[in-house]
This record gives sequence, C-alpha cells and structure tokens, in this order.
Amino acid sequence: MVHEQLKQYVEKIPNKLLEELEAHCPASKLKKAAEKLCEEYLNANIAPGEAVGLISAESIGEPGTQMTLNTFHFAGVAEMNVTMGLPRMVEILDARKSISTPTMEIFLKSPYNKGKDIRDVALQIKETSTSYFVKEFTINVTNLSIELNLDQEKIREVHTSVKTLAKALEKALVKEASIKLVEGDNIELKLKGKDEKSLNVLYKLKEKLKDIYVTGIKGIKQVLPVKRKDEFIIITAGSNLKKVLELEFVDTTRTVTNDIHEINSTLGIEAARQAIIDELLKVIEAQGLNVDLRHIMLVADTMCMGGSIKGITRYGVVSEKASVLARASFETPLRHLTNAALVGEIDYLDSVVENVMLNQPVPIGTGLPRVIAKK
Amino acid sequence: MATTEVYLNGKYTGDIENKEEFIAAIKSERFKEPFAGRLNIYYNEELNRVFVESSRGRATRPLIVVKNGIPLLTERHIKQLHKNELSWTDLVQQGIIEYLDTAEEETALVAFTEREITPDHTHLEISPLAMLGLISALVPYGNFTQSSRLSIGAKNQKQSIGLYTTNYHVRMDMDVNSLHTPQKPIVKTVMHDLADYDKHPAGQNIVVAVMNYKGYNMEDAIILNKGSIERGFGRSTYFRPAIAEELRYSGGLMDQICIPDKDIKGYKSEKDYKLLEGDGIVYPEAQVSEDNVVIGKTSPPRFLSSLDEYSLASNIRRESSMALKHGEQGVVDFVVITENEEGNKLVQVRIRDQRIPEVGDKFTSRHSQKGVIGFIFPESDLPFTSRGIVPDLIFSPHSVPSRMTISHLLELIGAKTGSLAGRHVNGTTFDSEPEEKLRKELLELGFRDDGTEIMYNGLTGERFHARIFVGNMYYLKLKHMVANKIHSRARGPIQLLTRQPTEGRAKEGGLRLGEMEKDTFVAHGASLLLKERFDSDKTAIPVCESCGLTAIQDALKDKRFCPVCGDSVEISDIEVSYAFKLILDEFKSLGIYPKLQLENKY
Repeated sequence: MVHEQLKQYVEKIPNKLLEELEAHCPASKLKKAAEKLCEEYLNANIAPGEAVGLISAESIGEPGTQMTLNTFHFAGVAEMNVTMGLPRMVEILDARKSISTPTMEIFLKSPYNKGKDIRDVALQIKETSTSYFVKEFTINVTNLSIELNLDQEKIREVHTSVKTLAKALEKALVKEASIKLVEGDNIELKLKGKDEKSLNVLYKLKEKLKDIYVTGIKGIKQVLPVKRKDEFIIITAGSNLKKVLELEFVDTTRTVTNDIHEINSTLGIEAARQAIIDELLKVIEAQGLNVDLRHIMLVADTMCMGGSIKGITRYGVVSEKASVLARASFETPLRHLTNAALVGEIDYLDSVVENVMLNQPVPIGTGLPRVIAKK
Repeated sequence: MATTEVYLNGKYTGDIENKEEFIAAIKSERFKEPFAGRLNIYYNEELNRVFVESSRGRATRPLIVVKNGIPLLTERHIKQLHKNELSWTDLVQQGIIEYLDTAEEETALVAFTEREITPDHTHLEISPLAMLGLISALVPYGNFTQSSRLSIGAKNQKQSIGLYTTNYHVRMDMDVNSLHTPQKPIVKTVMHDLADYDKHPAGQNIVVAVMNYKGYNMEDAIILNKGSIERGFGRSTYFRPAIAEELRYSGGLMDQICIPDKDIKGYKSEKDYKLLEGDGIVYPEAQVSEDNVVIGKTSPPRFLSSLDEYSLASNIRRESSMALKHGEQGVVDFVVITENEEGNKLVQVRIRDQRIPEVGDKFTSRHSQKGVIGFIFPESDLPFTSRGIVPDLIFSPHSVPSRMTISHLLELIGAKTGSLAGRHVNGTTFDSEPEEKLRKELLELGFRDDGTEIMYNGLTGERFHARIFVGNMYYLKLKHMVANKIHSRARGPIQLLTRQPTEGRAKEGGLRLGEMEKDTFVAHGASLLLKERFDSDKTAIPVCESCGLTAIQDALKDKRFCPVCGDSVEISDIEVSYAFKLILDEFKSLGIYPKLQLENKY
C-alpha cells in the first residue's frame, strides 16, 4: 500500500502520516516531502526526560488562577444556566459522580432538525408529571376522593392520552387508591380503606400526586429548542444519555451530555476521555484562555488510564502513585505511612517528590542519564 | 388615641399619648442645662416607638438649625464670633447649632448649602467640608478627584515625614523620622489653618514637570534632580533608640552595664567594644555601624545548677550587650541614664541616621500619586524650560488618566500661580479658587495659561516637540525608605532544628525557594541545579548496612557503631538533607521502621 519511495520511513514515521502524504503529494515530489516530513516529525517528538506532567500541570494551573470564580450567567431565555469557570473545572478534574448542572445537547435527524414539530419533539423528551396536565385538584371530603380536572390541550401537546395518564397513576398508587375515568375525560381517585386518619392521608395523596411521572424521559427536567447555525437542536437541563439515544428521531452520532460518568457507562471509556477533553476545553475557552490541547489530553489520559474514570484526588489518581513518600506528601500523610508500614512497602525513589525530599537529583531532564561502566 | 412607647437609652420607660408634642418639647428644651445638647430623639414609625438617647460614645455631628426655611445662624452671630464676643458653646447653648446622632439624622432633612433651603428643611450643613475627615480635608481640590483616590491621598499623608513634634530632640521615640526643611504648602485648604498645619508641616514645595524622560519614571516611578537633593530636598533623620536595663534575678544576681571582660561567655571581639566609655556606654556623636556595641552589658548565667560552672567559679557571666543590627549605621545622638519604675538602672541611647533620598525611596503628592525614585539625574542632564527652570521632579503622565486625579493637575497650576504671585492659593474642597481665575492670573504673570512650557532636552540641548506641563507642587516624603528594607544574603545563620537558613530580614534570613519555584526547575529539567539549591541543609549521616537505621559516630574515639547491630557491621555515610534525617526520626517515634537499603551509586 505504501509507495516504494516511502518504504525506508515506515519504521520512523507513523503509518497514518505516510498514507496522508501519499494521498496529497504528487509522486515526483514524494521523496523530498518525505524527507522533510521525517525531519519535522522527529523535531515534534518530545525528548526523553521532559517533565510533561509537570508542564501540563503548570500550563493548566497558571491560567486557572486567572479564571473568574463565579458561575457565568447567560442573560436572556435563549440559553440555560450551566456551571462554568473554576467550579466546573474542579468538578471535571475531581470526576464528581453528581455534577451541579447536568445538560444535554440533543441533535436531531432531518426533517426534525429543520424545525419540523420542534416544540412537540422537545416536549416528548421532557419528563412530565401529573401536575403539568391538571388544571385543578378537587377534594371530595364525603367520598374521600380526589377529582383531577385535566387540561386536554396539554395532553394532546405531549402526544399522550388520558388513558396513559390513568395507567401511570394506577401503577404508582396501586396500594393507596383506585382510579376511575369520569365524564368529560377527567380522572377520579378514590381512597382505598377508611379510618379516622383518612382525610389526612387524602391530603398527602394530593401532594404525592403532583410529582408522579407520566411520560417523557426521566431526568430531563427542562427542554429548550434552540437554533444553532442552521439547524434546530434541543438543550436540556438534566441528563439521561441512554434513554435519549434510544429515541428514533435523535441523531445519535452528535448528541452529547456533560455528565462524564454517564458517557462512560453508555459509550465506554474512550468516549469518556474525549468528553473530559471537550468539557475542559469548553471551560477554558469560555474564559478566553488558551491552553494547548495536548496538556489537556495528557490529563484526560491519566484520568482514564485504568479503564475507569479516576479524579485527581487522594482517592483517585494520587492513590495510584508508586511511592509512599510521594503519596504522603499529598494529603493524609499519616494514613499512607501507617498503611505502608503495615505491608512493609518499599519506596524505590523513582519519581520527583521523593528525591527532592532526600536531596537527591530528580530523575528528570539532566538527572535522568547515568553513566554505565563496562565490567 | 394610640399611645407610643418611649425608650430612654434603650430601656423602656413609659408611654406617651401625643408623640409630636413630646418630641417638639424635647427638641426645644434639650440645648438648655442640664442636657446641653447631648440629648437625641428619634421616632421609629414602623415600631411606633420613640427613642431618647443621652449616653456617651455615640457618633454625633454639629448642624445649623433651620426653622421655617430660615437658618438660625445669622450674619450678626458671625460678626460676634469674629470679635470673640461669642463662642461655639454659646451657639450650642442657644440652640443655634445642634449635634445629631446617626438615628436622629434619619429624621432630619439637611440642606447642603444655604441656597437649597426649603421650608421642609430642618438643618443646614455648617460647611460641606464637614463631611470629610481632618486629613481628607487636607487634600486640595478634593472635589476634583474620585472619592477612593481622596481616601488614599489622605492615607498617604499619614505616612509622610514631617515635623511630628517640636520637642523630638528630648524624646525617646521608637522608629521615628523628621524632615529637615519642611515647608508650608502653597496650595492650602481651610483645614490647614484650622489644624495649625503651618506648625507641623510634612512636605516641600517643588517644581514638577509632567513628562517621560529616558524611561526612568515608567510605572509610577519618579525622577529626582540631584541638585535639588543637594539643596536639601527630602532630607530627613531617622531616630532609633537602643535600650538596656539592669535586671535583677533571684539569688541577688543582676545585670551589669559595663565593658564586658574578655573571658566572658559570648564575647564578641575587641573592636566591637571600642566605642564604649568607662561606664559601658558609647559617647555621644560617635559614628556607629553594624555590630558596634552601644551599651555593654553582662548577665548572670542562665542555669545556676550546672556543676562545671560552679567549679570554674571565677567569671561565668554571659554577654548581653546592645549592638547595632546587620546593616544599621548612624551617629549616637543622645544618651539617657535613668531609673525605671522598678528601680533598675535604665540606659537609653538614641541613634540618629541622616537619610538622603536615594533610588527606591517613596514620595507622594497629596493626591494618591505615590511613586518611588527610579533615577536621580545630575541637574545638568535634566530638561530645562525656555526660562531656564530645571524641574526638581519628573512625574509620569501615564499616572493620571486611569486614576482620574484631576486635583493633582489643578494643584500644579494653583501652586505655580501661587509661587509666581507670591501668595497662598485656596484649594479647599467645594470652595476652591476657580481654575479660570488661576489661568487668567498665570497669563497676567507672563506664562501660558495652560501651564505648559517650551522645554529642552538636558542631554542634547534639543528642543522637545511637545510643550511640557510644568508646575509647582507640595510633595511628601513617605516613611518607607529602602535603607530600612534592603536585604540580601549569601551565607548566614541557620535554624537549630532543621539546619535550614533563617527567615526574615531581621534574622539575616534567606529567600525561600518554594514549592512552585521548585516546579519551574523540574519543568526545565534542571535536576542538578535544583539539588544544589536545596543543598542548604545537606548532611552526611552514617547508616548501618544491615539494619538500615542511622548509626552513631563517636568522634572522640573515632569509632562508629550501630545501636541495634553493634560495631561489627558495615557502616556507610550517605548524603541526604537534614530534614530527611528528621523525618526518619519522626517515623521511628511513630513506631514505623524506616529501613534504608543502600546501593552503590557507581
């Protein structure tokens, strides 16, 4: 597959680069171009002993000091309020399980992305509970029943029916009440069993009623159709990637959430790594700062290296460090020391912090090469 | 009719039926004895309560009472005041001036000026200047500056060096400065007269050019004229006393102020004591410098129980003289030998040091335009005007736009006019001489009305393309001088526990290369340079090769042994930081066995 003239570079340059060169370069200039490419590629390589981790840390940490602490507020209705800035950055790097503002950006297949029934589509995604459909709750004290005066328009809006609503209520309230459809497409709930406390129970039931899930996708608290460039997308508050991707009108290739753990459980660790990179970049760029992509990639790689997402905390990445002294120098030193003493851990002094503590040259840069004598 | 509760000094005292009548009665009676204007009354509508306050310590301020739209203070009163027939207290006792506290202020409508008065007004401000503090009112043209800048300008004046007291030469103040030739400001405010500022001025009137010159006044720096300094600008004296007391200890022992004997514990060196006279105190007007003893003193030993000190009996007292610290110098100014409250002999020696302005000393105008000297040019190298005037100071124009200190520019014009006309200029906040008037006067005096002048480069003699804004200004020298702050170290004292360098200027300490600075070394891969930086506490410790614990070296017998394995094991020296040796000790005290596995490096 690779051209004859490029054979000698196969070992030196990644195959993908060679293929690209072959595709874009006329055969007559191939040799010269390959030579130049090889040179450039070798120049771009990082020298052994370069402190890439520390440089990444400095490169992200320094602009971090300039970040505004406060959440960025969008003015107007067109956008939702999403945690940005330093708090969001901390959230990502700590790999928090529950984030403060989960959001999704749902892309749609055509014709929906051109705006067809966009309101309808959005409302179908939104988690809807009983209170949305009910105009009025009427409590009948003598019968110990509640009558729900339904808003038929809203029911039609979400593409559901009184029957499904009744079914949902029945499922949720099997023990407490019996459900009956009454004239004018309304629902009557009758309390099961009777005693002195019944009236109290009835009132509590009314409150409970309001929050019963009827239709839509659980977890999606709010939907907002937005026109971005020349297509319509739906921005949500609340996230449920798995359920959203199951919908037939959703463009599964582009729909994203900002919940990294959710991405990990539905799409896998590689997708999660990319999500960490994207989310970090989003925060940094929103602040008008500039950090090289490769620093962020290194951080994301470190976090996802073990096949699961580990935060940069004492329970995550730091707990994986090989050296006892290095771990002890970062938070809860006593715990690390006692645990190390219990199992008789050996510190091989392979990394930076330990060697600084011992006043030895650190194995980085000029401290890396050693003289080996022939015996 | 509903009753209203009355509280006297926060305590419930009773109910009243007609609150308006009650309040009016109190207001009409309160200036008479025994209240004498110290009573305040406040009605809270929400709570329907009347609060009467007579306690001490409330913040109150005086205002002129206005009745039916007419202020009670009349021209007649002012004439009487001028003739000294009437005093302030008379006005207060006649109810013409009232002191309002913060609560009563809420119920009053105070007019700012006499013109604003309507029938609704209850009081009139004595002067709009009254809303400023004493020092804020000392800033000329204060109403032409941002309020925050005004506050900063006031704060700077508190740090200025002036004539802080006239009897300074017989006082033993700690750490004080005194300006040699203070002057009255040309641009004054009313407060300068009220506060007798002329008796304790704090600055000097100088010629200021607003321009850049060779870049030495960028970022708030200023350029000074060497000639001006030689003529006495900014020259001050710094006073610092050395104090020693003959303390009495248990067992009849006591300190002794004398020239210490040579065989004393901690004896410095003969030349450090050379300035002492027979009584162990330096002579006045002696030139003293670093390490010189000014008061010689010996103290009894710290621990009496120590046996060998008994056996050596003769002289085991220790040295405790007062000497000049690192970097200090001066002249002995004044010596006091006296007794303190406990009857102990007390010696105080005041050291004086002349401070001539040098690069790094801090100066400011009265408008929060502070800056440090960036360079001192010889007079011949400075720019001069077409009339031959060489500025004393060059001020950067970049300091003005962002800070919006218009008052700074107005003072330049004002003082220029004042100095040329030979008079003081009134710059009182809200009541200053108008700019137009000053400009007109300046024009009549033969100068451009905008204050600019044609100037020539002092180094080349070329004329500058732009006209330069030149004016006079009252400049203050601030007490922050480099001589008290400069610090460097190459070798020096170390801490006992960690063997690392001490911290701080007073202890001749090092400057810490911290965690983040360390990171920069690592990022550059400068591994060995980093090691060298952290070598300050490196030590060689003997380690037992069989058990991996620190061994013992007996220097007297030239023997090494391991406290665990005895003396028949191999013991090697390893080079680590002393701090690491300490953490090994700490591990051991925790019950953790830190075993070092040694390996040959080569």
